Amino acid sequence: MASRAGVTDRSEATEVQTPGKPHAMKPLSGVLGWADDRLGLATAGKGGLRKVFPDHWSFLLGEVALYSFIVLLLTGVFLTVWFKPSMAEIDYEGSYQLLKGIQMSEAFASTLDISFDVRGGLLVRQIHHWAAILFVAAATAHMLRVFFTGAFRKPREVNWLIGVGLFALATIEGFAGYSLPDDLLSGTGLRFVDGLIRSIPLIGTWAEFFVFGGEFPGTLVIPRLYMVHILLVPAILLGLIAGHIGLVVYHKHSQYPGPGRTEQNVVGYPMFPVYAAKAGGFFFVVFGILMLMGGFMQINPVWKFGPYNPAQVTAGSQPDWYMGWVEGAIRIMPNWEWHLGSTTWSWNIFLPGVGLMGLLFTALGVWPFVERWITGDTRNHHLLDRPRNAPTRTGLGVAGMTCYAMFWLAGGNDIIATHFHVSLNVVTHVMRVAVFVAPVIAFLIAKRICLALQRSDRERVLHGSETGIIERSIDGSYSEPHAPIDIDAAYTLTQHPVIPVTQATPGLDENGVPDPSRKVSRLRATLSHWFAGHQIPKPTRAEIEAAHHHGDDVDGVDPHGPDQNGVDQNGVDQDGADRAVESAQNPRELSARH
Amino acid sequence: MGFLSKRRRHKAAKPLAIVLALFLMGALYSLVSPATQSRAETASAEQVARGKELFQQTCSSCHGMNGEGTTEAPTLRGVGAASVDFQMGTGRMPMARPEAQAPAKRTLYTDEEISAIAAYVATLGEGPAIPSADQYSGEGLSAEELARGGELFKTNCSACHNFEGTGGALPNGKYAPPLTKTSDKHIYEALRTGPQQMPVFAKGTLKDQDVKEIIGYLNTLHAQEDNGGLTLGGLGPVGEGFWGWIIGLGGCVTVALWLAKKGARAR
Repeated sequence: MASRAGVTDRSEATEVQTPGKPHAMKPLSGVLGWADDRLGLATAGKGGLRKVFPDHWSFLLGEVALYSFIVLLLTGVFLTVWFKPSMAEIDYEGSYQLLKGIQMSEAFASTLDISFDVRGGLLVRQIHHWAAILFVAAATAHMLRVFFTGAFRKPREVNWLIGVGLFALATIEGFAGYSLPDDLLSGTGLRFVDGLIRSIPLIGTWAEFFVFGGEFPGTLVIPRLYMVHILLVPAILLGLIAGHIGLVVYHKHSQYPGPGRTEQNVVGYPMFPVYAAKAGGFFFVVFGILMLMGGFMQINPVWKFGPYNPAQVTAGSQPDWYMGWVEGAIRIMPNWEWHLGSTTWSWNIFLPGVGLMGLLFTALGVWPFVERWITGDTRNHHLLDRPRNAPTRTGLGVAGMTCYAMFWLAGGNDIIATHFHVSLNVVTHVMRVAVFVAPVIAFLIAKRICLALQRSDRERVLHGSETGIIERSIDGSYSEPHAPIDIDAAYTLTQHPVIPVTQATPGLDENGVPDPSRKVSRLRATLSHWFAGHQIPKPTRAEIEAAHHHGDDVDGVDPHGPDQNGVDQNGVDQDGADRAVESAQNPRELSARH
Repeated sequence: MGFLSKRRRHKAAKPLAIVLALFLMGALYSLVSPATQSRAETASAEQVARGKELFQQTCSSCHGMNGEGTTEAPTLRGVGAASVDFQMGTGRMPMARPEAQAPAKRTLYTDEEISAIAAYVATLGEGPAIPSADQYSGEGLSAEELARGGELFKTNCSACHNFEGTGGALPNGKYAPPLTKTSDKHIYEALRTGPQQMPVFAKGTLKDQDVKEIIGYLNTLHAQEDNGGLTLGGLGPVGEGFWGWIIGLGGCVTVALWLAKKGARAR
């Protein structure tokens, strides 16, 4: 929905200022002028500073991820100064008494030094870890926002793929960081991944020897992961993030539908001064929240875990949250294993581990193309879907989240068992069923809720909002008067294009000649019906007029108002993004032209 | 010496010599071997009688009139006084109801009553005695000894009890309880008697000195200030992920909601 709350009617920052004296051509002077002469800042700034961004809280999820990444870079540099990526064994002689004299790797000893002997080290370490958790969490939430609003549709499919790549790399980056301190938990996690690698049929053992340079744990894996963690993956992440944001600039930001918002414009505030202040301020808010978490909430107390020792393990050995679902899948997997000749085929680890991760990232990657094939929608989309208006997609998204959540819960099955006093076996068995059943139930419920919301939208447009006032008439009957909604709200509720259901055709042109481009297969028609059928038709002009003449509207909205054409299906201009310019119809909001 | 040398070929000489050798070996063994089991020597006959009375009132319905065990509960012959002191001292026995595992709860018995029952159960068969403070006290250990206790704890205990001793899950509704509030004596007794799901760690596996180090490590660990802030339950990454989402992302989204509601109020 268009967010309009809290917007003032007038503001110096948003008003067109007419300068007293013309100064448009006045050359820049001073430091700025010096820099402009050499770097061309004015030209670059002209576009950049006027860039318009729409206002909605969900657009800030990606920013949270970006800012946590910046915090990760800053704190990571600090940690790099003190961390020693070495698996050489030494006796600990630092200031933490409970590990005095214990043999450990230099990596773990330097992590203890950062925690206890470097000024501010523990704070920075904890900020770094919390920022990692927030980075992946915010990226996930951002990805869900993009999915549910259909922001991955043309022309943003490539950016969606970049995002999926970022998500996968963030997981790898986080895991590498989790493994570096060489404490008991990171070693257990590495052993887990060692198992994943070894479960790959035929090449597993060789792959393990390749990664670890021989038998687990060896002496190479920490230096290797260090390189991956501080150089390789961050560099790729940075490049992809640059591309990700570059494409947002190129495509323009998508926006939620509302009055004055079309496929050809972006309604919002300019980068300078509004968004520079908002986004800049938000960076410090995110940094501040991470500082507070790092200061007050203990994370990964490596000194309690102690150095990694393959003979030791602790209850509650879990990965960080973003690997928790894989952990869960492996915890609940039945013990399927083949022994053929001298070979072992560990389906019990390969399927839930490697197979499931492959399935998730493949499904995420292909979805924009699958949906496009099903709907046959080749138009550009800059207006976001309200999730209710794509009920099947929303249902699928909720089903995916539910499935993920079930695996996630299974990853903490021991914590659930101890905290809710239930049997560990019962949790495991319930989860085995739930990962299959819960998504189906969630899909049905979510889709039904979407359709119910569509019905409610239709009701509101035709008959107005419920007032909650019960009136008793003079003859004793009770009724609830409905307040008509204003034209802006009506527009927002009816602007969405209806996804058409395609019918299977053999594909003949007007003359009966087969034309492959018109062919619609039965499969596609069935999927199209599944995807776009059952939608509640939005009210037509005639229905709205009939409803408004029904007589229960006291101060009825003029159905022939200038904005009412939005009720009809939006015509979308294919190449409109560059050509057509529509001015904002709502004077309270700025419109950007591009 | 004529008496012995004359009869050395006597028929009974060989069996007698063997009996003598066995006796000597046995005597030697009883002198040299560690005293893993000892009877509560101090128990007076009066205390045992009182214990038997209490036992028959409160324990016998499951463990049998003479502690021989029933289908409901195991025999108590040979479990020793330490076992009774642990199970009753932590409130696990008597059980409130049959369930997967007896939970610790407030004990309703006085120390005298528990020692009386312990003294009685000790008479049923040899078993570990109630330890004295010098056997389990983790006081006065050096930093190296405490660190060694940590290694022993992580090698032998943390797989079930968690690295901070906050407990963990076991199959079929059973669990390893948290050790954060368990007394030193009860930890020692649990190690030696192996209550419920716990294996017995006898003196051949963990010497008294080892147990002292483990207890000393746990006490120091739980007494030390929480470096780095709130421990979030000491559950490891599950708790961290949970609070990361709630406070981290939740906090950021709360601010984002506020930020997005705010228009350009530059005036």
